[in-house]
Amino acid sequence: MLDVNIKSKQFKSSEGAELDVLNLLQFVCEENSFTCIVGPSGCGKTTTLRCILGLDTDFDGTVSVDDTHSRHKMAAVFQEPRLLPWRTVEQNVQLALNDVAVSVNNATFHELFAELGLSDHISLYPNELSLGLARRVSLARAFAVNPSVLILDEPFVSLDNETAARLRRLLVKVWSARSCIALMVTHNIDEAIELADRILFFSGSPASVGHEHRISVPRAERSLEMVKVIRAEIDVLVAGG
Amino acid sequence: MAALLLLWTVSAWLAQSRALPSPVAVAAAIGVEFNSGELVRHTVATLGRVFAAFVVAMAIGGAIGIVLGRNGGLNKLFDPWVILFLNLPALVIIVLSYIWFGLNEAAAIGAVALNKIPNVVVTIREGAKSLEPEFAEMARVFNFSRWKALRHIVLPQLQPYFAAATRSGVALIWKVVLVIELLGRSNGVGFQIHLHFQLFDVATILAYTLVFVAVMLVVEYLVLQPLENHARRWRVSNA
Repeated sequence: MLDVNIKSKQFKSSEGAELDVLNLLQFVCEENSFTCIVGPSGCGKTTTLRCILGLDTDFDGTVSVDDTHSRHKMAAVFQEPRLLPWRTVEQNVQLALNDVAVSVNNATFHELFAELGLSDHISLYPNELSLGLARRVSLARAFAVNPSVLILDEPFVSLDNETAARLRRLLVKVWSARSCIALMVTHNIDEAIELADRILFFSGSPASVGHEHRISVPRAERSLEMVKVIRAEIDVLVAGG
Repeated sequence: MAALLLLWTVSAWLAQSRALPSPVAVAAAIGVEFNSGELVRHTVATLGRVFAAFVVAMAIGGAIGIVLGRNGGLNKLFDPWVILFLNLPALVIIVLSYIWFGLNEAAAIGAVALNKIPNVVVTIREGAKSLEPEFAEMARVFNFSRWKALRHIVLPQLQPYFAAATRSGVALIWKVVLVIELLGRSNGVGFQIHLHFQLFDVATILAYTLVFVAVMLVVEYLVLQPLENHARRWRVSNA
């Protein structure tokens, strides 16, 4: 279980003025759940992820992970793939693991590459990959550490629709086969509807969770039409609130 | 190259002086020194010192550069020191080092390294200031150890800066090595040049100079450039 309780988060501007970014932001992610955060740009979505990942510790509040499997690992898929350009695809993924894990999990590791369609690319350098492939490597790296919490920050932004759709299907496939809490930020509501069990709508300035919408339709049944229907429901809800 | 050789030959023939021997005389001097075994002995001694001083300077200078580049407070504190050593004449460092630590090999190599360290610090510090924070964050999320982060994230980003420090470094070091040999060693190219200066044997002086320049060219093309190409293998070439 991921328990996020950020009472307040401020940024200091260069003139020293304090700007409230997050206020009384509270939500819980259950085991094996997929949560999407949607909100206007600049509303603090990425800041929230940074607080959860421990990259920004300058906030008032707590973030805790309760894990029955005693793995205390978080993994992240960043907006840009953040692969080391001087290491091959395979080395990039291996480096995320500790040395013991590399030797133990070699087989599962290649299984993961195969699942993500990367088997033919493992000896290439990131500069030789398209953005879509680089994003897949970034996904492979995150899943390879077998995390209890997987954080995704707009991982499919600036891809063409077809590539993004293929990557979403891959993400669902790989994620379903493993058990972890997924928390993803996106500005694309349709993408959120396709992937999530639950969507958190951030609103206000400073931001907090404005609405919460659970999606009970199984992922396999979320056709384009179904996404439109759910979208219409959400639009009514958001407009009404 | 050929034009230079021709110019040299013509000038030597016109001058007809001991101060400017012809290429043939220099080649003969190289032959004499080589046959006596002196040329190899002294060149190897100098090369060894260049190598030792280079390794010491890069290791210490690189470490200091990374620390100062990552830590603004320390950088402010030690910046005057860096500037001081950057401007201290090589001769002063060498003489003081011989006086304080004796006429020995360690003092000699230490003095050469000390001449080079501030340059390395300045170059690497610049690189360490411009490290990508995105990679550091990735390393934190995936729990990289310090050593792993240094080896796979920090050093590869500093590679162009190390290459620049190496380029300027090898040239500076070999010039300073000759001075320490002249002042306080009993072998090496610098020692031989000093000896033949006293005998006014310009042909032999030129012989040692040319041979050592040739050795440094070989090091450049057979060691440094292949190493650099290896370090840059991941870049997609624009050519």
